[in-house]
Amino acid sequence: MSEPVLSLKNLETRYGQIYALRGINIDVQEGEIVALLGANGAGKSTTLKTISSLINASSGSVIFNGEDITYKRPHSIVEMGVIHVPEGRMIFKELTVKENLELGSFTLHDNDVRKKRLERVYELFPVLGERQQQMGGFLSGGEQQMLAMGRALMTEPKLLLLDEPSMGLAPLIVKNIMDIIKQINKEQGTTILLVEQNAKAALKFANRAYVLETGEIVMEGSAEEMSKDESIVKAYLGE
Amino acid sequence: MALHEILLQQLFNGLLIGSFYGLVAIGYSMVYGIIKLLNFAHGDIYMIGAFSGLIFLSIASPYIGAGWPSLILGMLITMLLVGLLGVLIQRVAYRPMLKAPRLSILITALAVSMILYNTVMLLSAGRYRAFNVDVSSESFFLGPLRLTETRVVLIVAAFALMFIMHMFITKTMYGKAMRAISLDRDTCQLMGIDVFKIIALTFFVGSALAAAAGIMAGVYYGTIHFFMGFLIGLKAFTAAVIGGIGIIPGAMLGGLLLGLLEAFGTQIPFIGTEWKDVFSFAFLILFLIFKPNGLLGRSESERM
Repeated sequence: MSEPVLSLKNLETRYGQIYALRGINIDVQEGEIVALLGANGAGKSTTLKTISSLINASSGSVIFNGEDITYKRPHSIVEMGVIHVPEGRMIFKELTVKENLELGSFTLHDNDVRKKRLERVYELFPVLGERQQQMGGFLSGGEQQMLAMGRALMTEPKLLLLDEPSMGLAPLIVKNIMDIIKQINKEQGTTILLVEQNAKAALKFANRAYVLETGEIVMEGSAEEMSKDESIVKAYLGE
Repeated sequence: MALHEILLQQLFNGLLIGSFYGLVAIGYSMVYGIIKLLNFAHGDIYMIGAFSGLIFLSIASPYIGAGWPSLILGMLITMLLVGLLGVLIQRVAYRPMLKAPRLSILITALAVSMILYNTVMLLSAGRYRAFNVDVSSESFFLGPLRLTETRVVLIVAAFALMFIMHMFITKTMYGKAMRAISLDRDTCQLMGIDVFKIIALTFFVGSALAAAAGIMAGVYYGTIHFFMGFLIGLKAFTAAVIGGIGIIPGAMLGGLLLGLLEAFGTQIPFIGTEWKDVFSFAFLILFLIFKPNGLLGRSESERM
């Protein structure tokens, strides 16, 4: 196997004295969709936040494209092409849809490119184009998720970190969002690390998956194998 | 004078003074929006702007006179220098305190304010200084309005600065980033925005606008003083609260409204100009009681 795009080595993160991650190892190959599964509080979101440096690791390292980015500041990690779509979408509710998208391309300095990217996002999510002058806060949950993803795509990321894109959405919309994630992966070759509680939906299209439990990786393997093994699904993934 | 003429005159006066308030209030409000700090030193930045302008004029006037060209040049240079001073203060005094409790940074701001006005007090020997400019003070009439060239230039300049500011925050990426940071700092980092850089830029812009207002006030009143920033700091705070603190168009609106309130309020029989400040602060209290989020503010319980 070639050198992974992203690799977490013995990554440890603490909140004060409490360990959220206890030395996890994760490798993500270029072009892969990798799912990070686990119950609430297992450390899934913390993993993504540590990669994007919103939280600093207490030890271990995050390697992206061969470069150690563990202690880089968040904005420089974005400049390298690692885009984190946070849990709860976190769109700017009091800015318009268009302004939200434009901010996604903050690192871009060419206005023509920005315009082209905007058009592409509107193609991918037509509803955003229709509502571009509305305040972000007026969008429905599904539309806000689309906005959060569209905003991430404004930079043409190399690695997309998605935190619970299906949270609180109706099944039909979940399917829609998942289809778009697949499409982004296929058409642009964007590598995706996806955090999900909705394990069934995630395993359907991920290549591989890791299962986290109280800050440790308790299982890893191909998504296909995992979804077939009923006992695993029951023990770790619920339902 | 007929009543409508008095009212028209006061409308102009109110807008002129209000535009000074507005220019200072923008910086006040932006800094609050972005790091939730009531920057008590902001009024002193206005005062330093006035003194820097005076220093520039005293150096430059033997060569280029003290007319409008040299005033405009002085204003631009002062805005640049005082803007950089604002960035420096931010870097030295406030950034190390960003993670400290809010009260600590508030006290830091008070200390910065004292350092600034005491320094200027020592340097200026605590005296009023004449702001001598060589511009026409002859009045002329525009319909019923009695105007001077100075007042017309000042109000045009103040509104032009506010307009430029408005374009900056609505049209440029940096302006949008400023608004976004006041909404959600963490998410801004995920957009690749260097938050420290935007905070520094906010201090630069806010301080430069306050400095511009300081020079204009020097031209308008004719004298300046080391403590002139204190009252306008409070007025700018009032204006920011009226408009909705943290919201930049609100600060401009609040400043203009406050100017108008003072101008018209002092026309009410038995309320003379000496009641002007009472009038303003009574309004502040009313707003804090009945509409604490201000005219353009969002309803949100967490305020300080």
